[in-house]
Amino acid sequence: MSTNPALASITVRRSTQSPVLTFVGVIGLVAALTLAPWIFPQAFVSILVNFFVLLIMATMWNLLAGYAGMVSIGQQAFVGLGGYGVLYFAIKGVSPFLAVPLAAIVGAIIAVPITFLLIRLRGGYFAIATWVVADTAMIIIGTVSLLGGGTGKLVPGFTSLSPTQLNHYAYLETWLVALVVLVGTYLLLRSRTGLVLAAIRDNEVAARSVGIDVVRARRLIFVIAAAGCAAAGAVLTLSQTYVQPTNEFSLQWAAEMLFVSMIGGLGTIEGPILGCIIFFGLQQTLAQQGAWYLVILGSVAIIVALWQPRGLWGAVRDKFGIELLPVGHWVGSRGEPRSPELLSEE
Amino acid sequence: MIWLNILVEGALIGGFYALFACGLSLMFGVMKVINLAHGDLAVVAAYIAVFLVPHLHVPEVLSFLVVVPVFGLIGYLVQRTLIQKSIDRDPFTTLLVTFGLSVVIENLLLEGYSANAQTVNIGSLGYNSWHPGSIFYLSYVSLVVLASSVVILGALQLFLSKTSLGRQIRAVSDDQEAAQLSGTNYRHIFGVAAAIAFATVALAGIAYGMTTQFSPTSGGVNLLFAFEAVVIGGIGSLWGTLVGGISLGIAQQLGAHFNPQYPTLFGNILFLIVLAVRPQGLFGKKTALL
Repeated sequence: MSTNPALASITVRRSTQSPVLTFVGVIGLVAALTLAPWIFPQAFVSILVNFFVLLIMATMWNLLAGYAGMVSIGQQAFVGLGGYGVLYFAIKGVSPFLAVPLAAIVGAIIAVPITFLLIRLRGGYFAIATWVVADTAMIIIGTVSLLGGGTGKLVPGFTSLSPTQLNHYAYLETWLVALVVLVGTYLLLRSRTGLVLAAIRDNEVAARSVGIDVVRARRLIFVIAAAGCAAAGAVLTLSQTYVQPTNEFSLQWAAEMLFVSMIGGLGTIEGPILGCIIFFGLQQTLAQQGAWYLVILGSVAIIVALWQPRGLWGAVRDKFGIELLPVGHWVGSRGEPRSPELLSEE
Repeated sequence: MIWLNILVEGALIGGFYALFACGLSLMFGVMKVINLAHGDLAVVAAYIAVFLVPHLHVPEVLSFLVVVPVFGLIGYLVQRTLIQKSIDRDPFTTLLVTFGLSVVIENLLLEGYSANAQTVNIGSLGYNSWHPGSIFYLSYVSLVVLASSVVILGALQLFLSKTSLGRQIRAVSDDQEAAQLSGTNYRHIFGVAAAIAFATVALAGIAYGMTTQFSPTSGGVNLLFAFEAVVIGGIGSLWGTLVGGISLGIAQQLGAHFNPQYPTLFGNILFLIVLAVRPQGLFGKKTALL
């Protein structure tokens, strides 16, 4: 293929350990999680629902901040719009379960005009503006009497199901959406767009100089993240069956997304997953401690941010050199051990 | 006459927003730090004024005499340790660290003093008001807050333009490396800026506690309004922050005139219009956006 003999001896690999092993592990996990409602007690399944909702949000936040450099503290805007999307379609007679993808599409459509206002803002300006957008969305939704106004509304369309059926279906749809979001993010980051994002993350000026349309890439990611967060809000509505503006648009969502992705590690797919596991582990152990739980969580976040800025997954990866879901490129000479450095992170 | 009332009420509230926002504006302008714990710091100051200062036999009206200098000192120390360490990492880290701080402060207050609403007790000053021409009811506290924010912003502006320390703050804010090359210790300068920011937010927090009830979670919404005041006015301009605060206050009063649910909405819309039309703010420099 290449005529250059120096290039001919170079190989590019995309994973550290055997991809077959990872594949088998992933299939096993997917099977176990699909059967979860029949295996585990309901209390644990409810925790899993919340786990997947947060995982979807954190994965989207990681895409925004870790890959596209947009620190948003207003993603709860789309969480809320997703929840209210399900309510709206359910009022119009659509099954709430079918309304979830529709709500995600609505979230993406609403995000498009917002990008024209937000994308050109940088750093802190962007962060504050997203917060104001979320606050504005909450106030506007709270004035719509069809959607229950400020006091909220019970989502119709669940009455034909028994509580057990409702729990099972809500779990399965939440898990399905989480799986779609994770696989989609993985494929997106391994695609050409992923390469573009890595280039922007590493050096924006250099990326522009080789002809990358930075604004277009950012806009795409913002819209995808909006759809993902709307889907998270939508599946959450399936298990809560009641929506209320201050809950749906709560700043708490932004806080959790940020904590989970930063503690786990930005800029890796595994980071938010690990972050979610730690978050729910802490929550289950410290739940009786009331407010102390959040004091500890906040302190952990500060400590990780200052002393382990690449997150806990970053620490694991540096120590053991493993990549479970690799999206980077490794360059090595043929027949020699490959370089441990990720090409895209140099 | 109703419109004049909206303007006056808006200006009075705006004075408070400006006082609240000037520390935020300073830290944003000088260190490029978005302090997400700013609102909670104000609430902490109000709690100290209510629960700790009375032990020193200082009346609550005068609690700022104790709390403000203490906060200045805390500001310097927090900047030199936590915030400086996170600035040395990257902007993400400052956001996460100040956000973590905000969550920690809020929940420590909840544990210590419960979610009950509190006020700073200032006796009859709290409910007496002045009504010129029997049209307006201007509470003395709001007038005092507006007057103090004008005085403080003026004094800060003078300090930044006339004193050596102030010039060093502006130098570091404009070009950190060049200032360092000409012998300025930027870490110390950052500490001084943070001390001023913490001192002013302590004053704002006590003023807030004098005019309305507060609880451990009061910081968030005030932080949002303070951010709006800073961005509307423009980063790096203290007078801009005053104008931004007053514009925000007037927009909110206008909203309240139409519907009691609308004050925040009108403020947000003003903010979004400014971002769309003039993202650097009314008095900001375009370079501040980068």
